[in-house]
Amino acid sequence: MTKWLSISDVKEKIAATSAEEVTASYLELIGKSSINGYTCTSDGALDTAKMVDKGEVAGPLAGVPIAIKDNISTKGLATTCSSKILEGYVPPYDAHVIERLKEAGAVILGKTNMDEFAMGTSTESSCYGVTLNPWDHERVPGGSSGGSAAVVAAGEAPISLGSDTGGSVRCPAAFCGVVGLKPTYGAVSRYGLISYANSLEQIGPMATCVGDIAAVMDVIGGYDARDSTSIDKKIDHQAALVDDVKGLKIGVPDEYFGEGVDSGTEKAVWDAINKYEEMGASWENVSMPNTKYALAAYYTIAMSEASSNLARFDGTRYGPRNDGENWHVMASRTRAENFGKEVQRRILLGTYALSAGYQDKYYLKALQVRTLVKQDFERAFANFDVLMAPTMPLPAFKIGEKVEDPLSQYLTDVNTVPMNLAGVPCISVPCGSSDGLPVGLQIIGNHFDEATLIRAAYSFEKNTDHNKARPGEVA
Amino acid sequence: MVYENPDGVMVGLEVHVQLNNLNTKMFCGCSTQYHDAEPNTHVCPVCMGLPGALPVINKRAVESAIKIGMALNCEVVEQTQFHRKNYYYPDLPKGFQTTQYDFPIVGNGKVVIEGEDGEHVVRITRAHMEEDPGKLIHMGSIEKSKGTLIDYNRSGMALIEIVSEPDMRSPKEARRYLDKLRNILDYLDVFNGDLEGSMRVDANVSVMGGQRAEVKNISSHKGAERAILYEIMRQKNLLRRGGEVVMETRHFDEARGVTISMRTKEGEHDYRYFPEPDLVPMRVSDWAPAIREELPELPDAKRARLISEYDITEMHAKALTSDIRVADFYEVVAAAIDPRVAGTWVADVLKGELNYRDLSVDSFTTDDIIEIIKLVGEDKVTEQSAVDVIRTILDNGGTPMEVVTEKGLLKVKGDVVTEAVSETIAENEAAVQDYLGGAEKSLNFLVGQVMKKTKGRADARQARELLVEALKD
Repeated sequence: MTKWLSISDVKEKIAATSAEEVTASYLELIGKSSINGYTCTSDGALDTAKMVDKGEVAGPLAGVPIAIKDNISTKGLATTCSSKILEGYVPPYDAHVIERLKEAGAVILGKTNMDEFAMGTSTESSCYGVTLNPWDHERVPGGSSGGSAAVVAAGEAPISLGSDTGGSVRCPAAFCGVVGLKPTYGAVSRYGLISYANSLEQIGPMATCVGDIAAVMDVIGGYDARDSTSIDKKIDHQAALVDDVKGLKIGVPDEYFGEGVDSGTEKAVWDAINKYEEMGASWENVSMPNTKYALAAYYTIAMSEASSNLARFDGTRYGPRNDGENWHVMASRTRAENFGKEVQRRILLGTYALSAGYQDKYYLKALQVRTLVKQDFERAFANFDVLMAPTMPLPAFKIGEKVEDPLSQYLTDVNTVPMNLAGVPCISVPCGSSDGLPVGLQIIGNHFDEATLIRAAYSFEKNTDHNKARPGEVA
Repeated sequence: MVYENPDGVMVGLEVHVQLNNLNTKMFCGCSTQYHDAEPNTHVCPVCMGLPGALPVINKRAVESAIKIGMALNCEVVEQTQFHRKNYYYPDLPKGFQTTQYDFPIVGNGKVVIEGEDGEHVVRITRAHMEEDPGKLIHMGSIEKSKGTLIDYNRSGMALIEIVSEPDMRSPKEARRYLDKLRNILDYLDVFNGDLEGSMRVDANVSVMGGQRAEVKNISSHKGAERAILYEIMRQKNLLRRGGEVVMETRHFDEARGVTISMRTKEGEHDYRYFPEPDLVPMRVSDWAPAIREELPELPDAKRARLISEYDITEMHAKALTSDIRVADFYEVVAAAIDPRVAGTWVADVLKGELNYRDLSVDSFTTDDIIEIIKLVGEDKVTEQSAVDVIRTILDNGGTPMEVVTEKGLLKVKGDVVTEAVSETIAENEAAVQDYLGGAEKSLNFLVGQVMKKTKGRADARQARELLVEALKD
């Protein structure tokens, strides 16, 4: 079969054959895969497809297969955050987004690999081992939603869900040459998403084209009473699929083209911005002076929240349990044995940052910086419709290259974390390549202005060939 | 008279009130009616702390908290927020407790109690909302137990923690404060105080300006009084022997009536409080006016009103309002008959009989008491017989008329009494002579004889009057 189907391709194929056949062909591809993108596949996938064929399940995504990041709860299907500590855990409930997808008729193919508890930029910290970048098997797929990006790039799923705490959808989208959206904070319910850093993260879709991103968003977006941070604001994403950027005002933040940005990446992004100008948009430089503090603030907040969020994994109610003469020893050993190194590092740093005597210096300071970063965006959006920058300062790095140096890996998040601090939506779209590896253009919008974001991304896609590039055939 | 507080006793109380008559728990839709249920049957992903589950604030719990704050004369905060209190314990399924920290829902209130030297003000520092943890069940005794079972049915129940200043100066004042609190909470109808664990007390106790010890998890008002009494004695003895009271947490052993050190020094715990990211700050100042309007009449106000409206004594008013059900009962009775007479019968007689039997006022009907008081008023039964009727109904059931008929309690007519008086005078010459000789006591004997002859159905006062009259001549 032809790989890399869009949602409309899938629907055509279902009409010509059957949903069951389409799902079966994906499962076959996954079975033969060499990239280690999935942590498991769903036994129920074919059943759902059969129900679609019988007309028992309908909806906008009827029969469309989707891959789900392993930190989104799926009833009856293992959800482990790629961590040993959740080995054997099968949620008794569906996340809100999963309920929505099922109602829309989507077929859940399986769960995708990720950095353990979404902590990483490379998917190397997974207990299942790294996922390979379909463009170059020696390179990482990015992270933390590396599996979700890689399986779409490899044609092993038409669409997928990831989660983005500090770039975890956009980074792998850029590294794997697919489209990935981080919605406005509050636009998609987090109910059922296993928390890493609650105040920062959102579930977001990944796909080969902007239209599919909009279609998934129309299904998973919107208010959910079970998530108190969810906001009741209706956005019609597919209505924004309009090829028109005339008069669009683009801000280009100087700070996102700082030291250490790969020259091939920089060129591809500038080419894209120039293309927009050609298409009728205008651009200007804008200064976002607090960007340089964002990374430190981000890691402080994320680790602080994580230290508390991950406290529940104590071997008492689910997951593996180590022996101990009393409960505290049992819980300590369970955590020491089953959390990976990076997760333990972040729990310890976060615990420290929240401790009495240090909280003022670290956690509270980071919250103040967060306010400053937000103000940077407010000022920018007073003058511009969207901002554009490289998603990642460099293309996919080699497996193992940054494992021993966590700080250098943290630094690669420099262009993606400010949006999580500010809660604004952003999308990464393919915009060319550097040394044969995909480069992502990051488009950033104002709160709940996903429509403008999608219009800008869609227009770029319509007027360029970048998103048609596939592994092994880089344009 | 001013209470001297010779030992410099200072007691502050933290009272955990479980809002067990809300329909659902603090942050999820689970039912609160778990008290007789199988373990772990009233749970869901949220109160089990399953990965990915998120809390949603129970609006009615917040309204209850505001109501309680208002009843304790507290200020209601403009905007309130939840925090995480991080610590590891198996009954805590998330590894943190969702509670409030620097923006408690209400604060700065006061409660007036009957103190050692009259009215005494206990200041309320704050009251905040939080969730109850689950419950640990040790198999066998705690020392020999091979394992511990956890029941998460209680996990996530809404709690209000009411924190007082150290304004109580004796165990008795602490008890009075707790009784008053319970009284107010009953009026507000925010909880069922009869259920196990609905009110749990931590007591901070110090003497002579020394360090305080915190006695944790006392489950009854009487227990609190005993624990504080013991703790004062322990601290005084320690000081007398030249020792020093250390700041520590102690456990109250209810069976032995002693407090035991838990060897956890204050300050050892760092709970790493930080704002709960899954719950946004909540603006509640706008809710306050509507809640204030719905606030029921509270004990002190009701007491004042009963006195002015029904012209009953302060003592009766206090007795009636100490239990809202009794106060409501009384007002129904007072509408049907003379409120002052009703006051005596309900506050003194009925309440006494109920207390003696450890029964609540629900065990008697207003119709029955009205009927009984009317029988007395219409001179059909004596007061003594009326008390007998009340007792019989409480013990064996039946209606007032059934009991009166069965026991033959209808008061006998005057001429029968007159006859009994004549007979008594004729049969007891010695006593009559003694009486006439100035021995007033002999009259009591003669009255007793008349009562005996009439089998108690005569009115003792009437018998006395008739005797005095007859012996005048």
